[in-house]
Amino acid sequence: MEISELIEKLALIVALFGVTLGIAAYATYFERKVAAWFQDRIGPDRAGPFGILQPLADGGKLFFKEDFIPAAAEKWLFIMGPGIAMFTALMTGSVIPWSTDLVLFGQTVALQVADINIGILFIMGFLSIGVYGIMIGGWASNNKFSLYGAIRASSQMISYELAMGICVITIVMMSGSLSLRDIVNAQHGMNWNVFYQPLAFVIFFICSLAETNRAPFDLAECESELIGGYHTEYGSMKMGFYLFAEYVSLFTSSAVISVLFFGGFNFPGMDNFDGNTLAILGIVAMFTKTFFFIFVFFWIRWTIPRFRFDQLMHLGWKSLIPISIINMLITGLVIAFNEGWFK
Amino acid sequence: MNSTGIDYLPIVLQIGVIGGFVAFVLFITHYLGPRLKSKKKDSNWECGIESEGNARFPVSVRYFMTAILFVLFDVEVIFFYPYAVNFKALQLEGLLAVILFVAFFLIGFFYVLKKGALEWEK
Repeated sequence: MEISELIEKLALIVALFGVTLGIAAYATYFERKVAAWFQDRIGPDRAGPFGILQPLADGGKLFFKEDFIPAAAEKWLFIMGPGIAMFTALMTGSVIPWSTDLVLFGQTVALQVADINIGILFIMGFLSIGVYGIMIGGWASNNKFSLYGAIRASSQMISYELAMGICVITIVMMSGSLSLRDIVNAQHGMNWNVFYQPLAFVIFFICSLAETNRAPFDLAECESELIGGYHTEYGSMKMGFYLFAEYVSLFTSSAVISVLFFGGFNFPGMDNFDGNTLAILGIVAMFTKTFFFIFVFFWIRWTIPRFRFDQLMHLGWKSLIPISIINMLITGLVIAFNEGWFK
Repeated sequence: MNSTGIDYLPIVLQIGVIGGFVAFVLFITHYLGPRLKSKKKDSNWECGIESEGNARFPVSVRYFMTAILFVLFDVEVIFFYPYAVNFKALQLEGLLAVILFVAFFLIGFFYVLKKGALEWEK
């Protein structure tokens, strides 16, 4: 890899990082606006016109708050917890293909930080490490509420990871590759996976809600039982990291859902375009789908009440895992039938 | 498609950028805000009442069971990945082998259910 290529990748990484943080920050604003709209309120409207400077005001405030560490906490683990949560949330975006290749100044720029052949496994791996961020933070606080929040969060996340993994397997069986770019290229035009795998999509979506600790599965931080859950003792930007990590993973989960099931940057009638026009329209298509799913996450949060913890575990283990395994077997049999292996 | 080590270089770069950002922010917020210490303030927050003991106590064995079962089943799910990638190359033979494997998987799963390892109410 040459130096110019490395600089290009570095520029892409910094751009992706900026866009991710920007979207995560403005997702907090839109969540409040959407909630207000659902409940017939106005929502944030003081900072700037229509309150659009609200996320900046919130972020700035968090920077200048006291960085509190309880006397009973394990100091280094307490600091590491939010760091791991934020780090893993930001890392998952690196293997997502955002669009087709862009040609800038005679150079081809791939709009994907790293096109590796284990793409989806990389994402699942970093999702699993994300559990450590919450578990370490909650345990190190040495607070009973934090400990319960952390244990709930980690057992919920690992439980839903199983069904999620099996849904990913059905998609991999159809496309024959773990690389996200190959998975997207297999869904050219309107040939999206959701039309072949509606059940896998529904299960994957439910699991993403649980993995990102969003309502109705936000038992890790249900304020009526556990105060703030695993971040009860946190303040300043450490708490900001936990909250931000949730919105960043909301954004990446929406992007992964659009890539796996809704064709990523593919859109109907894409054969009429080529070159940079196609790349830019691809970015627009990809982000439209992503924003739509971010909205659906908000919509669900402000519509459905929270589950009880035993209901949550029953749903994960007793319904989603068997259904997704049967779905996987049916997919295998249907593909075998279509390819004529039984003759 | 085959990836070589060089394809992972951007990921190393990204680890550098993001790790640097996270460490930097955690470092500067420690010095930006005010710092006030007192015995009462530094104790754990428990809804305003006096804090009793610490949070190093055993929790329900259900959580432990969930974690153990996760390890077992996740290893089995991981075995599906190489199969799924080579699904179209292995053809019918591979499919029959996986149906057998899933049968074993489900026997284990129903054993766990019958044993009541996933019951939370009892």
